[in-house]
Amino acid sequence: MTHHELRGASAVVGVGLAGCGEAPGRTAMELIGSAAWNAVTDAGLKMTDIDGVFGVSAVHGMPSVTISEYLGIKPSYSDGSMIGGSSNVAHILQATMAIRAGLCSTALVIYGSNQKSASGKLVSSAAEFNPYEQPYKPRFPITAYALAAARHMHQFGTTRQQLAEVAVAARGWANLNPEAYMHGPLSIDDVLNARMVCDPFGLFDCCLVTDGAGALVVVGRDRAKDFPKKPVYFLGGGMAHWHRSIMQMPDITVTAASESGPRAFEMAGMEPADIDVLELYDAFTINTILFLEDLGFCPKGEGGRFVEGGRIAPGGSLPVNTNGGGLSCVHPGMYGTFILVEAIRQLRGEAGDRQAKGAETAIVHGNGGVLSSQVTSIFGTEATL
Amino acid sequence: MTLEDRGPGPDAIYREELLAGRFTVQTCGDCGQSSFPPRVFCKHCGSAALTRVEASGDGVVYSTSAVRNRPDKGGDHNIALVDLAEGVRLLTRVDGAGPTEVPIGARVKARIVGGDVPHVVFDLVKE
Repeated sequence: MTHHELRGASAVVGVGLAGCGEAPGRTAMELIGSAAWNAVTDAGLKMTDIDGVFGVSAVHGMPSVTISEYLGIKPSYSDGSMIGGSSNVAHILQATMAIRAGLCSTALVIYGSNQKSASGKLVSSAAEFNPYEQPYKPRFPITAYALAAARHMHQFGTTRQQLAEVAVAARGWANLNPEAYMHGPLSIDDVLNARMVCDPFGLFDCCLVTDGAGALVVVGRDRAKDFPKKPVYFLGGGMAHWHRSIMQMPDITVTAASESGPRAFEMAGMEPADIDVLELYDAFTINTILFLEDLGFCPKGEGGRFVEGGRIAPGGSLPVNTNGGGLSCVHPGMYGTFILVEAIRQLRGEAGDRQAKGAETAIVHGNGGVLSSQVTSIFGTEATL
Repeated sequence: MTLEDRGPGPDAIYREELLAGRFTVQTCGDCGQSSFPPRVFCKHCGSAALTRVEASGDGVVYSTSAVRNRPDKGGDHNIALVDLAEGVRLLTRVDGAGPTEVPIGARVKARIVGGDVPHVVFDLVKE
């Protein structure tokens, strides 16, 4: 096995959330500022220690610049690459490269939005006008995911019940997470009988629209043990994208996660069987099924059957989306940040009632646009170095 | 050699053709594959040898969804991805079929609608 130079090159030493769920009266930048403060404090640092900023926003055209100004940071390196909801997952890889190259030493990866309180609906700079789609009135981005789900059902016999298993599992995890926005019982029948939004999706097949911000502090491996919390090491990362508009996606049942995943696994020197806990971007119920397949946790087409019987729910054999997911925990437009934070908490052993016992490795899979940008990161404890 | 960069581009020409009642796709003179929406060089092989050909209009439904709306917001309607015989895929709708009455795999035929804002929709082909 070749040892990739980025494997274990960085570690997450601070995480913070703010305003998750509803944060009325707060601007997006105030939520971003609060999450940054919480993450930096968690790392035992001051804001002035940050010299790398990797940030995105749904509403700021120059996000890393605006965020840095608000936080009072004058970074030696910053990046605001916008590739949709997977952006912050990609930023972990980019921060690792920048630290490795000596361009910065203490990086903040961050996102936040107040879209629930501000507008009550999805706010996304990714919802740009496309003259080849607009006349037909698709609902961005739901319709694109619905088309993928319908095709998956047609091609592989996946059922709405199997999609519902994903939503029910997510709610099960949310019920163990006091910070999750949605709590309470949710049955397969509840999911099937809910108001239809975009067939085959009903209301509970679709992610929440919430407020929320999240941030992570990343440092080089050499400094990983200099902070109060247990470091969680970056072991591998990979990205891939093949299309922007759903009509340009070659086979809508196969995402570019089938490339980003193997890239991340190769860097980490691992395979799916080595992963203890999975955090997969579940904007819609079909996402979890597609990513379980494309990342290699089950064969293509088997995702629906794979999730049956509560396999990915609390008490099942594979812990997936342990915070409650975008479906039941938090989804402020771009969710990648929140799966990163949950993975770090799991590997620190800080996840309370929802803790995956003995978790030493985690995979985080971010998704952006309409199954467009796919970014995979693998993390591990010191034991995995 | 450089690509032409003045005058109506492939996008404008596509719309002019649609206004004149012709639905066209681009075909590559080098790799033989088709591209849609229109672009300045072939997305498959990078060749600039793209020509416009009138599409057969013959398609097959690749996937479909019903977008649900309140009656006062226009009610429910279908959306479809249609694979054209030329090898390109369009996001479109199937007219004359209810929101949930577009079978995946059904044969469909293109038709231009929309007057000043022309766009291509499809009708189910009676088997």
